[in-house]
Amino acid sequence: MSMNIAQALSAGRRTFPVDIIRADFPILQQEIHGKQLAYLDNAATTQKPLSVITALDDYYRHYNSNIHRGVHSLSEKATAAYEASRNKTKDFINAASTKEIIFVRGTTEAINLVAQSYGRSRLKPGDEIIISEMEHHSNIVPWQLLCEQTSAVLRIIPINDDGELIMEEYGKLLNEKTKIVAIVHISNALGTINPVKKIIDMAHAVNAIVLVDGAQAVAHTPVDVQALECDFYVFSGHKLFGPTGTGVLYGKQALLEQMPPYQGGGDMIKIVTLKKTLFNDLPYKFEAGTPHIAGVIGLGAAIDHVTKTGLANISAWETDLIQYALAESAKINGLRLIGTAKEKTSILSFTLGKIHPHDIGTILDLEGIAIRAGHHCAMPVMEHFKIPATARASFAFYNTHAEVDRLMQGLDKCLEIFG
Amino acid sequence: MFDLKDLYQEVIVDHNRSPRNFGKMENPDRVAEGFNPLCGDRLNLYLKLDNDRITDLSFDGSGCAISVASASLMTDALKGKTRDDAEKVFNEFHHLVTENKPHDVEEVERLGKLAALLGVKEYPARVKCATLCWHTLHSALEGETTPVSTE
Repeated sequence: MSMNIAQALSAGRRTFPVDIIRADFPILQQEIHGKQLAYLDNAATTQKPLSVITALDDYYRHYNSNIHRGVHSLSEKATAAYEASRNKTKDFINAASTKEIIFVRGTTEAINLVAQSYGRSRLKPGDEIIISEMEHHSNIVPWQLLCEQTSAVLRIIPINDDGELIMEEYGKLLNEKTKIVAIVHISNALGTINPVKKIIDMAHAVNAIVLVDGAQAVAHTPVDVQALECDFYVFSGHKLFGPTGTGVLYGKQALLEQMPPYQGGGDMIKIVTLKKTLFNDLPYKFEAGTPHIAGVIGLGAAIDHVTKTGLANISAWETDLIQYALAESAKINGLRLIGTAKEKTSILSFTLGKIHPHDIGTILDLEGIAIRAGHHCAMPVMEHFKIPATARASFAFYNTHAEVDRLMQGLDKCLEIFG
Repeated sequence: MFDLKDLYQEVIVDHNRSPRNFGKMENPDRVAEGFNPLCGDRLNLYLKLDNDRITDLSFDGSGCAISVASASLMTDALKGKTRDDAEKVFNEFHHLVTENKPHDVEEVERLGKLAALLGVKEYPARVKCATLCWHTLHSALEGETTPVSTE
């Protein structure tokens, strides 16, 4: 299957081999309410290719065992597969070393880890943390908690009505008290692609460190953490066609080494006596307890899948899809796009007349189309646009122009019912 | 197979478009706030009571078609009813939208126009939209001060 994708792409097929790609995702081959499923909720979670499902099955069926401690064959095999995923992850985001790749439960845990380990040990009263108005709650609340604990101050980069960061305001917020900038790479509610390289350079100029929330980015655009020079980059496996309960914290080795452990337990230690513990080296220092072994192995399979397809190919296909969706949506009466940034990807967030997004969601579901309706865990964004919720269609590389057409037909139906 | 018409019946579309008893009440005896974090539905319910009788009720807020229509239909159905009557109607209604059994014709008839909402039964995620106003009513009658949440 994957060979077919590679062959099709290398054979110079001018069009993206989306039919071959779709065949790799068993879940897409089903009907919902008697209609072919059109899965347009990829910003919430992505579907899993057969290779990921098989990797999980294979682990549990043939070599389920704990890692880093057994001397028996199964444990050695599991450890090798788990560490192979770390290596794949390192290559995927071009980290300098596998010591910089910490496996966690997801983006949320990675941000909490940095806030509590790095932030809590470093911040002093009056220090400042900068986030933006377009952050997901998971990149707001951990910093609010940290501010409560350390008496640091949270500062917010505002957005304009296109859903873009106002960079001038960001520049004004930066000063010698700024210690941490935590910023989303691609907004889950708006689709805005933020100028992260510029944000990082500006923060470094005042000696602040930068965490980039890449949850929504890694499945859509190539990421090179060394080129970005970000201090931390975090993402979830499940938004990258991998299993839920897996995530990655990338951190510069020098920073990770100075940071105290986040959680204590097995695997993160070298020697424990009842008086004192010598912590393990990176990356294990931050991986207390038995991790989601099967999940991490599955994440490795997901990265293989994405790498074989090629993020440049994926990005080109998705750019074409979103451009098409934007053009088609402009023809729908009363449709208001939320998020009209110049740099935008994969996400079509909108309201439709006075129809509540949840009614849109239900009507589309009956047409076999899965979208998300709600505040998308970004309530400050909703507040900015003075709306309680949006309907959001979010695309992945297995989506098609025909599915965009069906979405638009579904919206016409909403207008018919509530017209 | 579900038919869209089962959920978005004419009565619901109509009550969503022009909700009855919509607006803030002057000098209410009871006020309660309801919130559905899933949808972002918010509603305020205002009551005038004469001993145990609900002499007037109105609501305002914003929400999906199901929650607005449900509040509109509820306020229409309960005007002039006693607290006990209201509880009885709620129990029957709640029972019918949450219990997994075929509808009893008599029960459905007793509900009158409220029966238009029974379509939500096929949409578990939307049952809360239909019951939010009822939970808010309950809290208003009990005189509770903290906002009702469906979560």
